[in-house]
Amino acid sequence: MAVVELFGTWFSPYAYRVIWALKLKGISYEYIEEDIRNKSPLLLQYNPIHKKVPVLVHDGKPICKSTVILQYIDEIWPQNPLLPADPYDRAVALFWIKFADDKVYLMSKLYQADGEEQRAAVKEWLEMLEVMEEHALIGGKKFFGGDEINMVDIAFSFVAHWLGVLEDVVGLEIFEPHKFPRVSSWIQNFKSIPLIKENLPDADKMSAFSKHGREMMLASKSN
Amino acid sequence: MAEEVVLLDFWPSLFGMRSRIALAEKGIKYEYKEEDLRNKSALLLQMNPVHKKIPVLIHNGKPVCESLIQVQYIDEVWHDKAPLLPSDPYQKATVRFWADYIDKKIYDLGSRVWKTKGEEQATAKKEFIESLKLIEKELGDKPYFGGESFGYVDVAFIPFYSWFYDYEKCGNFSIEAECPKLIAWAKRCMQKESVAKSLPDQQKVYDFILQMKKHFGIE
Repeated sequence: MAVVELFGTWFSPYAYRVIWALKLKGISYEYIEEDIRNKSPLLLQYNPIHKKVPVLVHDGKPICKSTVILQYIDEIWPQNPLLPADPYDRAVALFWIKFADDKVYLMSKLYQADGEEQRAAVKEWLEMLEVMEEHALIGGKKFFGGDEINMVDIAFSFVAHWLGVLEDVVGLEIFEPHKFPRVSSWIQNFKSIPLIKENLPDADKMSAFSKHGREMMLASKSN
Repeated sequence: MAEEVVLLDFWPSLFGMRSRIALAEKGIKYEYKEEDLRNKSALLLQMNPVHKKIPVLIHNGKPVCESLIQVQYIDEVWHDKAPLLPSDPYQKATVRFWADYIDKKIYDLGSRVWKTKGEEQATAKKEFIESLKLIEKELGDKPYFGGESFGYVDVAFIPFYSWFYDYEKCGNFSIEAECPKLIAWAKRCMQKESVAKSLPDQQKVYDFILQMKKHFGIE
């Protein structure tokens, strides 16, 4: 039987995308925690170009980049499909997945910023949330995937959980639910799903860890 | 049913070229609409309200945005001719990984080579050459990235050949000297009608970039 291994870190939104996909499909896997400050030789061997998590290793063959991994998982294990069957609907889903993926950098942008840079980062966050509200979540659907979550919901998960932690770390309220009612509904629905609820990194632990890291980073910036 | 295919594009766009090539590979008749990016058409703004960018593929009135998504869509809908993506899931993952590398690394570094100068440009040039060498290694001794036949990564990357002269002139280096196998691959691709008719002339691209640089005060 083929062995499935997942290299990740406990706080990585990218790693969680893969965890949820594997669990949704009922696939057993071995999870290997990586210390990003001290990457294992195995990780560097499996992902020599980017040297990042997550990496899925299926039958000894590595797959890198979370969105590439998700599509691979969906194709190898077709039960509980994570993308629409229709080519056009699939193209639309992939568009939103790319959009979400291209915005995850806003997490570190805000985390690292202070002063003027922080104001610019907040503005970009709000613009992204507006696009989600006005363009992505139209049609009154419960999830991007309709009645069930799909790869698009998974891709936007950093907004559902990690953004709240980031707000706590930088001490700013960026997401005001009344300004983004559709996104707000989606977040509540997404986090209510038992599989998601039971598989999220602890917010307080992430907050404490990130706050400490941020203090050190900002201190070294001003020196 | 009559298929109506429209491509909203801009002639020097690396991304637009990908879709032109894919459509040509499949022998699809389509209407090419040149956009003036300083005066975007109402159609473009309607079809891509999120990014307002080209290329946009409009199939029977419905827009598909993002060049790599368009190539995959074209490959799926017109699947009976010239397959571009492999059928094996692991090979698909590999080609998607490299297409992403081209977009995230090679494109960004190439942009920095022509947009910057001095120290910043020197760094960008070094990293750009490294990235080209990495992808050249991936090509190996295969005729195409797709193996014996022209495939997804070939489509994703060959448009950059039309910009090589620009990168070389701005960065003052020779890509052929650094990556001879890549140039051999590019020339092989240019033998294909679908590629030759989809790529603009390198000198024309360079002249256009010079104009852009003047306009944005980059020089």
